[in-house]
Amino acid sequence: MLSKRLIVCLDVRGGKLAKSIRFVDTKDIGDPVAKARQYYEDGADEIVFYDITASREKRDIMIDLVEKAASQIFIPFSVGGNIRSVADATKLRNAGAEKVNVNTAAVKRKELITEIAQAVGSQSTVLSMDVRRVSPTPKIPSGYEIVINGGVTPTGIDALWWAKEGERLGAGELVINSIDVDGTKDGYELKLTRLIADAVGIPVIASGGAGKPEHLYDVLTEGHADAALVASIVHYGEYTCRQIKDYRHKRGRKIRKSY
Amino acid sequence: MITIIDYNAGNIRSVLRACKEVGADAKTTSDPKAVAKASKIIFPGVGAATSAMEYLKKTGLDVALKDAFEAGVPILGICLGAQIVLESSEEGPMKCLGLVAGKTVRFKLKDKTLKIPHMGWNEVKVVKHHPLLDSIKAGDEFYFVHSFYPRPAENENIYAVTDYGGNFCCALGYKNLFATQFHPEKSGRLGLALLERFRGWEGK
Repeated sequence: MLSKRLIVCLDVRGGKLAKSIRFVDTKDIGDPVAKARQYYEDGADEIVFYDITASREKRDIMIDLVEKAASQIFIPFSVGGNIRSVADATKLRNAGAEKVNVNTAAVKRKELITEIAQAVGSQSTVLSMDVRRVSPTPKIPSGYEIVINGGVTPTGIDALWWAKEGERLGAGELVINSIDVDGTKDGYELKLTRLIADAVGIPVIASGGAGKPEHLYDVLTEGHADAALVASIVHYGEYTCRQIKDYRHKRGRKIRKSY
Repeated sequence: MITIIDYNAGNIRSVLRACKEVGADAKTTSDPKAVAKASKIIFPGVGAATSAMEYLKKTGLDVALKDAFEAGVPILGICLGAQIVLESSEEGPMKCLGLVAGKTVRFKLKDKTLKIPHMGWNEVKVVKHHPLLDSIKAGDEFYFVHSFYPRPAENENIYAVTDYGGNFCCALGYKNLFATQFHPEKSGRLGLALLERFRGWEGK
């Protein structure tokens, strides 16, 4: 059987590692390539670079960074942030990213998912979605709404519908990021994760809210996620990847232990 | 020198980088003449078998690879490269390279909770000794991304299996050819160890 995956996410801004709290107030905390190598050696199953650089001019820094990281980490490596075209996606792929994550641009023009999937393959096309809790309405029956532009702009789109639509359009994987719990360290949004994981036939990565190893355990069991994404709990040294994995292993669940 | 065959099937630079990481001298080529002169070959690949075979035939790389195999050159196939070395594939009606007897088949999973592609880390269980698999211990996991897998006709060509709704062949070997369905270049330290062993392997 497949092991559930521990994915470390590095928010990168202008070539530096940044960490956001509730999607605002980002601060820089180090060299992303060195950090990526550290997590790779510490047992991360996958690394994600998320480019939060605002200006387009600085995008070339990201390409350079992806190339450097790809020669340092020999596990799957995924990149996202500001991907708006097939050209953006293939450029990152050629620089060494296995997978590309689309988010806002796919909400604005959903054909982008299909186009990227045709260019790089579904298995390399990840649809990342930022989701917030709302009161259920006829338009948003699940009570979860898609928000874009880094979590600040509501769209009126139902998250459950969008997840299924993303799969239909060719996404090979989904990242479900709850902006309500992002940065809180109170645990993942289990209900949301499970709702989507049970509704689609592609892997679901839970994101937002990790504060301790138990939270990952919960979202990978009760939340039905295939993978869990962490950021600040490892960036600030509160836990190592190994500690997080050991916790799950001790509770008798499968996780990659030989690294 | 390891010659990595570039036949327009996925990102081969990750294989090149992994070779460099283990100190192997490696280059990529899509020139059949360079393949004919190679002393060691990696045959990687991700994607569709049909278009891959078409490309190999069109460029003459298919003949170059067969000749290298006949000449005893050590060859490591990876992913798609482990599938199209067999005779045929359920992916399409075309003939494959036929270096090893067998067929590539699609996962037919009874357990509907299992997703296709089989993507992620899974255990590689060695069933027959091979020098390239020497460092693998019970429980060791490697990285997979695929919807089809190789099924050699002879059990003796199966060196390792992985369980995904039942055991499937994840490593096969025949003479100077060895091939893995998983990606050693993406499987961390254990994958790099396999590549390092390939670097020193004489094909026997």
